[in-house]
Amino acid sequence: MKLTERQGIVAAFQGIKEQAQSQWRGLWRDRPVIMVGAATCGRAAGALEVLGAIKDELKKHGLNYPVIEVGCIGHCYAEPIVTISKPGYPPICYGQVNPVIAQRLIREFVLGDNPCLEFVLGALEKNDLVPSFADFPRARFEQKVILKNCGYIDPEKIEHYIAGGGYSSLAKALQLKPEEVIAQVKKSGLRGRGGAGFSTGGKWEICRNAKGKPKYLVCNGDEGDPGAFMDRAILESDPHSVIEGMLIAAYAIGARYGYIYVRAEYPLAVQRTHLALRQARKLKLLGKNILTSDFSFDIKLFQGSGAFVCGEETALIASLEGKAGAPNYRPPYPATSGLYGKPTVVNNVKTLAYLRHIIQDGANKFASIGTEESKGTAVFALAGKVVNTGLAEVPMGTTLRQVIFDVGSGIKEGKRFKAVQIGGPSGGCLPESTLDLPIDFNSLTAAGAMMGSGGMIVLDEDDCMVEIARYFLEFTQRESCGKCTFCRLGTKQMLEVLDEFTKGKGKIEDLDMLHQLAEDVKAGSLCGLGRTAPNPVLSTLRFFHDEYEAHIKEGRCPALMCRDLIAYYIIPEKCERTCDACVGTCTVEAISSHPTKRYKIIDQTKCVKCGTCLKSCPPQYQAVVRLSPPSLVPK
Amino acid sequence: MTKETRQVLQRFAKKRGNLIPILQAIQENLGYLPREAMLEVARFLDIPEIDVYEVVTFYNQFRLNPPGKHSIRVCLGTACHMKGGYITLDAWKRRLNIERGQTTPDREFDLDTVACVGCCVMAPVTVVDNKPQGKVEPTRVDGILLSFKSKTL
Repeated sequence: MKLTERQGIVAAFQGIKEQAQSQWRGLWRDRPVIMVGAATCGRAAGALEVLGAIKDELKKHGLNYPVIEVGCIGHCYAEPIVTISKPGYPPICYGQVNPVIAQRLIREFVLGDNPCLEFVLGALEKNDLVPSFADFPRARFEQKVILKNCGYIDPEKIEHYIAGGGYSSLAKALQLKPEEVIAQVKKSGLRGRGGAGFSTGGKWEICRNAKGKPKYLVCNGDEGDPGAFMDRAILESDPHSVIEGMLIAAYAIGARYGYIYVRAEYPLAVQRTHLALRQARKLKLLGKNILTSDFSFDIKLFQGSGAFVCGEETALIASLEGKAGAPNYRPPYPATSGLYGKPTVVNNVKTLAYLRHIIQDGANKFASIGTEESKGTAVFALAGKVVNTGLAEVPMGTTLRQVIFDVGSGIKEGKRFKAVQIGGPSGGCLPESTLDLPIDFNSLTAAGAMMGSGGMIVLDEDDCMVEIARYFLEFTQRESCGKCTFCRLGTKQMLEVLDEFTKGKGKIEDLDMLHQLAEDVKAGSLCGLGRTAPNPVLSTLRFFHDEYEAHIKEGRCPALMCRDLIAYYIIPEKCERTCDACVGTCTVEAISSHPTKRYKIIDQTKCVKCGTCLKSCPPQYQAVVRLSPPSLVPK
Repeated sequence: MTKETRQVLQRFAKKRGNLIPILQAIQENLGYLPREAMLEVARFLDIPEIDVYEVVTFYNQFRLNPPGKHSIRVCLGTACHMKGGYITLDAWKRRLNIERGQTTPDREFDLDTVACVGCCVMAPVTVVDNKPQGKVEPTRVDGILLSFKSKTL
């Protein structure tokens, strides 16, 4: 590369950077700044109402302090989250804020001098006043790389991203040869975060060397796994990190056009990505002759239309071509023949988000994190019966126990851990005995689960393992595209067997048939959906065989979950009080008082087993119980 | 109806790859994909009508019947399911007196499910008029319906 060209890139980027930095500094003038976590999870918890209350309160006092909507900080259990940075104080983060608390924070902390310590979640920096997130016990296990910006910058302002070092990796990469960029990524050991874990640099090299033009780059944001929300959080909180990653990848493989494929079920991610693309185009970071170089690349946003199978790369490509999303046989792999028959690289959102760090900090730094086979960090979406639900980014090789019990603080309400479901419909349920397994691509597959995209649902003693297997089968059966017989009909047959089990109508010999069917579907399907669909069944059969037997032999659901196998019952001795909580809350008016005594009775013919009475019964009475099998209810 | 469709079509190039974005834009406009609109799209892209119908029926996002005034989407992701999303769905069915995929006779509500909206920590979630609502249990279902009633009064 000629020196003048290199100087041109540096100068062009310097101009953009200085402008962004001056805007960023302008924000932090000597005044309080209020940040509200307003990603989808925050909004579901009422972040927009909190935002409105803060703005109203500031207006009432005639104040014009900046109120910024930021993304997801990862502490989803504490949503809505408000962070107040006031000169003289560390930036303090408040959890479970409602409009009333928000108004109080403005009055007492922003206007007054009381930092309202009773609502504090933690501080963003170390200080002497309140514990910071870095002091949390979980911080010892976490290492934020791609989640670093999430919740700290305004995702709708490209200047915030650039001021924090954004797009400097692009400027750096453009001064390297594409082969050098590929070599860096190969050296870092980065493996695709979509689930299968193929070497990212390796895929690029194949595509770069493949014949055919133009080449395409596709960002796979079709996060269809129910229970996974990492890609959503990144696109909503830091969309430019993905765009910058795409630019680096496109430069390396020599692509001219790119697509970001985002699920339509993520409207906020779609909206913020759209905006981010527009901003990048305006600053000439996207389009023709990026940063005055010879490199041109543009990105189109494509909304997925709600088909799980489109997470599979060949199905995704079919859908980009305007067809039904049915996968194709590989090889040829998309890297040689993909979109419209041209060489195409499909990379996951997270994979792309890592790239700026690899280019900026060097391959060695990235390779120093994680294990021998799996480098870098893993991002998990923790949900289910765990205390600290949210996002967790930990180095590869961290054990499941550390993620669930140290980062996630264990099981809610002091209940017993039963299993953790990893990898969604393609993954499996791992029991307590596997908790000390270090997490990486290979170990999880060996244990019968799968890294998948990183959804982690924690299950406790109240969750039925037969039911969860049935649930996933119902999902994959519905989402099967119908191309292969084994997947189309095999999953249907398996679902029917499991349906019978959860209704207590199963036969013991069905267990063997189920096992056989699962193995056959695994062997006989074309794409990842069919090949992994039996995983939830196989892993529960392997680790929780006793629960299957209880359903079949005794018509009993040990976890008291399967509705056909349980009954709600009010114990007269515990109930006999003047309390009508259950009568009032019952959604179908199935509960009435005994005609002469004071206790309540559930009319079993009316009861829909929604469990509202159990929740409404005051904890000191504990009069409502679930019984399984239902025949245990006294006449 | 065809007039609106034509207006949408003006914004797109005649490329097969635009089929899904076109259908999404029409549905955004009309709320669903009527037969006439699908025929118009097929003519516009010069592809067989059955190809349009195949794509429309393959993807979960597209609907063939008009929606209600308010949309109720019960999330059935893993976390929501394990926390009783199916119980919430039953409650909606019971209160609205319709099945999933249907619209109430007065066209006030339509009920459907969604695979996962990624708000797993607020499970069980129901998306009411595009706003995800957290922790929607049967009693909350009644509360939401009541709030609609009080608004119309």
